[in-house]
Order: sequence, then structure tokens, then C-alpha cells
Amino acid sequence: MNIVYKFRDETNEEIEKIKSNFLLEVNHLSLTIERVGKGSDVEHLHVIRDFHLNIHQGEVVAIVGASGSGKSLLADAILGIHPKNSLIEGNIKYENQPLTEKRKKRLRGNDILLIPQMTNALDPLMKAGKQVESFIKQKNKQKIVKDIFQKVGLDPAVYHQIPSTLSGGMIRRIFIAMALASKVKLIIADEPTNGLDAEALDELLFQLKMLANDNRGIVMITHDLEAAMKIADKIAVFYAGETVEIADRKNVRKAGKFRHPYSRALWNALPQNGFVPIECSQPSPAEEIIGCSFASYCPEATKRCGTEKPELREVENGEMVRCFYA
Amino acid sequence: MLAFHIGKFILKRTLKFVTLLFAVVVLTFMLVSLSPVDPIQSYLGAEMMVVSEEQKEEIAEYYGVNQPKLQQFFKWLKMFLQGDLGTSLVYRQDVLSIIQEKFVASFALMALSWSMAGILGYALGVIAGMNKGTFADRAIKLYCFVLASTPTFWIAILLLIVFSLWLGLFPIGLGTPIGVVSEQVTWLDRLKHILLPAATLSVIGVSNITLHTRQKVIDVLDSEFIRFARAKGEEGFTLFKRHVFRNTLFPAISVHFASFGELFGGAILAEQVFSYPGLGLAIVQAGLNSDVPLMMGIVVFSTFFVFIGNLLADVLYTMIDLRMKNGEAI
Repeated sequence: MNIVYKFRDETNEEIEKIKSNFLLEVNHLSLTIERVGKGSDVEHLHVIRDFHLNIHQGEVVAIVGASGSGKSLLADAILGIHPKNSLIEGNIKYENQPLTEKRKKRLRGNDILLIPQMTNALDPLMKAGKQVESFIKQKNKQKIVKDIFQKVGLDPAVYHQIPSTLSGGMIRRIFIAMALASKVKLIIADEPTNGLDAEALDELLFQLKMLANDNRGIVMITHDLEAAMKIADKIAVFYAGETVEIADRKNVRKAGKFRHPYSRALWNALPQNGFVPIECSQPSPAEEIIGCSFASYCPEATKRCGTEKPELREVENGEMVRCFYA
Repeated sequence: MLAFHIGKFILKRTLKFVTLLFAVVVLTFMLVSLSPVDPIQSYLGAEMMVVSEEQKEEIAEYYGVNQPKLQQFFKWLKMFLQGDLGTSLVYRQDVLSIIQEKFVASFALMALSWSMAGILGYALGVIAGMNKGTFADRAIKLYCFVLASTPTFWIAILLLIVFSLWLGLFPIGLGTPIGVVSEQVTWLDRLKHILLPAATLSVIGVSNITLHTRQKVIDVLDSEFIRFARAKGEEGFTLFKRHVFRNTLFPAISVHFASFGELFGGAILAEQVFSYPGLGLAIVQAGLNSDVPLMMGIVVFSTFFVFIGNLLADVLYTMIDLRMKNGEAI
């Protein structure tokens, strides 16, 4: 679903206006964890260094990055549930207003919802239905929840079951049910596709897309570029704590490639694109990076890449890349 | 299948109990036999001087004091199996009726202190765990460590000095007021007498349950479902009420049941300091006077009591586990 299609009936001027009205806008976000090591040494872990993201209502944006690159902390930082010993800097705006810690507190669960990665995110001793109920303000909660369960393909009897008796796939459906039950406008799905078989994966992606069609913004954090390519409108590629590229999915499909060398490496690693293994590892978050974070693995790197840090720059139509040569 | 499991469980536990009881009984008998206290002397007390040697011989003959120890033991065992615990030398009463009488007093004391320690300990554990690293947490932890290494009798004496001697709020001992006919003793009197010994036991009993609950709360707060609950906007008391409470209460209760044994040990000391007429005081009397039947009777009974406590803890834990596996919400 493309934004232009969405507002087809509006005038061009209005489209421009809506397009510049982001639901969520993240600029220069960094998250540093301070860890006290031996003696009085304090170690600073730069888990997120320079992260950018923007999303409109009704849009799906995928954040794609390797496992263990700190993607889950990204969700925590936006929601304001990051660890106490971490420091967040940068600019987050929600509906054009700065998203302060105080505002995050008010919005989480009401405006912004996390779809967690782990299936152990449900209270092990509470009935599944009860856990969905907390999102519903009206009366007759049980009936509403059971209706939603049916909508996402769950037996209404699941209402009375506790999580240990449910499969991973069923628990993911419960997460989707929560999103449907709530009135949230922004959904951050943290690795929602982990451990799903092909059929369950397609179904989940379909459900996420449905949520987006309901005019909600979906941020999908994933390591699965293939799944991202199926539903995302935009793809933000995450490497070493930085957004290295924001690409329009349709343009990628058309061109058959990404702009940034790291994104290209990810793309080429997909089975249908040649299955070329990625010959790089993430730099350690404890490292200070001078220059481009991908320089040491990049086939096209020059001397400049090793000494000067490239900024994320707009290429066209909101597409961005962090590379001197792309 | 379930009946088979329950049957197996009961059989296993019964066997365990019988072997445990046998070991405890043998050991106790051996220890009392080695005691230098002459049972005849403690039986006669001040009359020792007036009773002739022949009469002493007859008493010894009557009670079987001069028989070989092994024979004495088997005689006791035989009577025990017939349900006869014998007669106490000190109280000159049927052992079973003494235990009954003393147990009521001790049970009231232990039940009160057990519940107080449980409620207070759980609450402190939750406060410490929910506020990990803060001043409250460190203060509670310090309190627990100090108390865990403080002898019961010392706390008992301290409370006695402060509340009975200095402040005069409570009587200094016994289970009922002195010089009052037992029919005229009111509930308030009994409560006044039981409160200080119960407080002694609770104050000590708190540390175990507090430290356990604190750790459990920290573990639960660290779990993925709490991260998710926070992401849903739950915080503070709501978070505790909805998720932390039920995930920490049952482990706390089962741990608390397992502390029955310590409670019994503590009760002996507290009863001694407050001269509270319970089982603890009786067993000390029995030990000091080589009152073998009473000693053995109380030991058998205590073993049974503590075993039941541990059994309850186990059953409770297994039940929670089974309920979780069967998918029933608690």
C-alpha cells in the first residue's frame, strides 16, 4: 500500500501536507549503555549510534538488521522502557510533538503498542483472554475479546487458557488480537516472524497489513529481509547502530537492488538473489567508529570512508542513504 | 494414571516418614541413655533423702531402669506401636495428654508467629524487590542479614527487657496471669501473654521469606512478560497487582511452609525465655530430668509436625506446577 494511493482523492497540495505529517519521526537517536566494569572503569556501549526513521499513518516500515544488532533496544527506546543505566539522545517526534519520557509513559499502551518478540511475554499465570481485556474500555469485555479471537483465527475457548498451553503461533495471534482490541495508532512489532513456518508467516504478515490498512502505522523490526520485502512500504536498513539506508520497497523491486553496499550485501544473501554469504560482522558497540561503520568490509570503500563519517542524506522522494558514493 | 501417581506419592512419603522417624527415635534414645542424669533421682526429687536404697531399687525395677538399654528401647517401641507413649516421670501424667495440652499452647504461638512472619516477610520482600537498589531495599536487606544471624533467645530477652520491663506493656512470662483461676482467664489475657513470644519468632522468621520473596520479585520483574506489561503502560502498583503478586505469592507460601522446622526450634528457645508453657518448655524439662518417655513422645510428635509442614510445601508446589501444566489459571 502506497501513501499516494491512500490519499488518491485529495488534491496534490493536501497530499504533500499529509506526507510531511509524520506519525513518528526519529532523528539522530542514540542509546548508550553505561556499564561499570572492573574497578572504577566505566564502559560505554553504543548500541544505537545514529538512528533515523519516519512513518506515516497506514504505512508499514521495516527496520532490517542482523540479529544482535540492538534492534530490540530500539523499540525500548521509543517506548521509554529502556534499561535504567542507558542514556538516550536525539529527536523523537510523535504526531509532530516531541516525545518526552513523560509523554512516552502516557502514550504506551494507549497510542503506541509493542508486539513483543518472545512468546513468553504473556503472564504465565493469567488467562489469555484476561490479558487482552486490559486494552478494552467498554463493557462486555469477554464477548469482545472472543469476537476478536475469532477474527484472528483463534478458538474463543482460548480465552480461558493460560499461555503455557498455547503454541507460539497462537500466542502471536493473541498479540495481534491485542493490537485489534486497542485503539493504538502506532504498532512496533519486534521480530514478529521469529520461528514461524512459511504458512504462519504469511498469515501474520497479512494480519499486520490489515492493521496498517486500518490506518495504523506499523514499525516492523526484523532480521528477515524477505519478509520485510513482502509487506513493508519502506525499508530502513540498520547496521552498527545506524540507519544506513531508507528505501522504498517498490523502487527496490523495480531497480532490483539497494543503494548502500551493506543493504546490497543483505539483498544478495537472499536465496533467490544468489545466496552470497555476507562477509562482515557488526563492529562491537564498545568500539568508537571513525568514518563509515561499514568501511572495513565495503568492496567500494575509499580512503575518505575510513576517515570521514558519511551522513544520512536524502536521495529522492524521502529515500535516504548513508554513503558518499551511492 | 492420576490415581497411580497419587498412590505412588503417598507410598513414597510414608516410607520416607517411617525411616526418618525410626532414625530420629533411635538417635534420641541413644542420647538420653548417655545422659548422666539419674532418672530415679529426678523422679524422686527432694524426697531422694528420705527414700531407702531398697525402695529406690524397687522403683528402678518397676520402671525397668536397670534393664539393658536395647531391651528398654524395644519395650518402648512395642508400647509405642500399640499407641502407648508411657507416663512422664516429671509431670507424672500420661505423655499423650501432656503433649495434647502443651501442643494447644505451642500451636497458638507458632500459628500466630508463622502468619505474622509470612505476611510481614512477604510485604517486606515485595517492597525490597520492587525498589531494588534503593535505600528501602538496602535497609530491609540489612535487617534480614542481621536478624538471620541473631540468636532467638537474645531477641527474646531484648523484647522482654524493652516491652515488659521498661515499658510495662506486656507480662514478663507464662501463658496466663499468675494467681487467676484458669476458668477466669480471658482471651485478652492469653493474647497479652502470647504476643511477645510470637513477635520474637516472627521477627526472626521474617528474614528467610523476605529474602526469598525479594529475589523472586526481582526475577519476575526481569522477565519478558513484565517488559511487555511495561510496554503496555502498566507501572507501580498496577504492575504489582496484575502480574507480580500472583507470580510470587505461591512460591513464597510454599517456602514458608518449609520453614516449619525452624519455627519449632525457635519456639523451644522463645518458650524457655518467656516460661511459656508449651511443648518447647516441656521438652527442655524432659531433657534436663532424663524423662525418657516424655522426651521420646515429644520428639515423635515434633518429627510428625515438621514432616507435615514440609509435605504441605511439596504438595502445594506440585499442585501449582500441575495446574500450570494443565492450563488452569490460578
